[in-house]
Amino acid sequence: MKPETLRYTKEHEWIGQDGAIWVVGITDYAQKQLGDITYVELPKPGKSFNAGESLAVIESVKVAGDIYAPAGGTVAESNAAVEKSPEIVNQDPYGRGWICKLSGVVSTELDKLMTADQYAVFTSGGRK
Amino acid sequence: MPFIANTDAQRAEMLSVIGAGSIDELFADIPADCRIGGLNIPSGMSETELYDKIHRMSHRNAHNLVCFLGCGFYDHFIPAAVDDLTRRSEFYTAYTPYQPEASQGTLQTIFEYQTAICRLTGMDAANASLYDGGTALYEAAMMAMRITGRKKIILDTGVSPIYRKMLFCYTRNLSIDFQEIEIVHGQTDRKKMLDSLDETCAAVILQNPNFFGVVDDFTDVVARAHEKGCMAVVSVYPVSLGMLKSPGAMGADIVTAEGQSLGLPLSFGGPYLGIMATSSEHVRKMPGRIVGATTDMRGRTGYVLTLQAREQHIRREKAMSNICSNEALCAARAVMYMSLLGREGLRELAVLCAKKAEYAKTRLGRIKGVEVKKSAPTFNEFTLALPRDAGDVVNDMIEKGFAAGFPLGRYYRGMDNYLLVAVTEKRTREEIGMFAEALESVLWAN
Repeated sequence: MKPETLRYTKEHEWIGQDGAIWVVGITDYAQKQLGDITYVELPKPGKSFNAGESLAVIESVKVAGDIYAPAGGTVAESNAAVEKSPEIVNQDPYGRGWICKLSGVVSTELDKLMTADQYAVFTSGGRK
Repeated sequence: MPFIANTDAQRAEMLSVIGAGSIDELFADIPADCRIGGLNIPSGMSETELYDKIHRMSHRNAHNLVCFLGCGFYDHFIPAAVDDLTRRSEFYTAYTPYQPEASQGTLQTIFEYQTAICRLTGMDAANASLYDGGTALYEAAMMAMRITGRKKIILDTGVSPIYRKMLFCYTRNLSIDFQEIEIVHGQTDRKKMLDSLDETCAAVILQNPNFFGVVDDFTDVVARAHEKGCMAVVSVYPVSLGMLKSPGAMGADIVTAEGQSLGLPLSFGGPYLGIMATSSEHVRKMPGRIVGATTDMRGRTGYVLTLQAREQHIRREKAMSNICSNEALCAARAVMYMSLLGREGLRELAVLCAKKAEYAKTRLGRIKGVEVKKSAPTFNEFTLALPRDAGDVVNDMIEKGFAAGFPLGRYYRGMDNYLLVAVTEKRTREEIGMFAEALESVLWAN
């Protein structure tokens, strides 16, 4: 996914549209903060989430935390590659390291999320 | 624990720091009717007076009974080395090994314990231990519900009634649908058990040998559970695994056990040992501490607490469990015991228990009016049908110097005349003979 086309949350998830499906991942900033990622507990396909609900759990050598749903939707697919090789989230957070795909996302929900520029400001503590 | 003095001067100092004038002022917010009006504690005794008093009281316990009582807790021989090693302060006073650089000994002991438990149960990963067999079974039920996202549990009534009570007590305020499957002739009602398993079940909980000492091979039940996406939890008697098919070989997902039989003395209320093991697939959902082996910067083997992100000091309310300790000293005893016996020793121990129990069945079955229940194979515990109330017989047998067994009527309706008898390797042919004679005289004296 191209980072400049994505929408971002304050909890450092990204979401982007790919045809009829929305892809969710964590940002490059988030993976840097987490350090080496050791495990991602993925959501089961078919499960529905509201925006802000805990979608997945991510563990790094430093910490364990939740990945929240950037928007409501139903899990269409989880990234099995991440389960086997969690380090790809560090290596390629916007590409091979995606977390899951959601269907049924209401695109207007994404309007509440930050754009790439807004997120860049957010992660630089307001300075750009 | 040292005596910590609490002098008037210290109390005054503490009150002044808090800013209260007196103890009464400190407790002013507690309503008067909620306060204790004074404790009924007699004035002090000298050390010798106290020793004599407690010593006299202890004689009111039934002493030195020859033990034929089991029900999950067994009178096995404990090699003297276990006590001797346990009393080493390196084990006895060790604190939680949060600092691996200062706790390699403790961590290695736990790692070796986990390894031994995995080999005994045929599972991939064990935790550092839980409190006892009952709490381990509760944790297994919760773990199965976390993994499956389901709320129904199929519970075999061959599972210890003590454990079942604990399960119900711990989960009283959770909406869990427990379905108990009846026992028929000491064994799981196979058809009912298989039919009860469906896509809504989180777990089926089994015990082998079951509370009646009956041995089963649950491979078919486990396979059916897996067909329905349901977890199979098996509670075991560790010593029996020296000769019985392991729960791992049956395909179990979670194995729990009371570890008392592995080198822990029988004591009223413990401390005992909760054993828990699972497959690699589910290790991240397993509660409790886990010790892992690793290498340090110079390539030397080292041990650390691992997968801690599942635990509550990191995950807070989202942790796998609120378990926040383990029975490290009891686990150390268990690994000492297993190491001293070894693979062959554990096998011989199990065979001895089983053979002596079979001998006892033959001997006790010759008593008039006593029937040995033989509808299913047993390990070292079996049921006797007596001509009168088993609880009364147990009382009479204490006078003869025997803990005769467990009166099943206490937990199973309609079984008032049934006695559950356990035989360990410690029981000699003579003791079994004397037990039979005592039982005969108690039943037919008048």
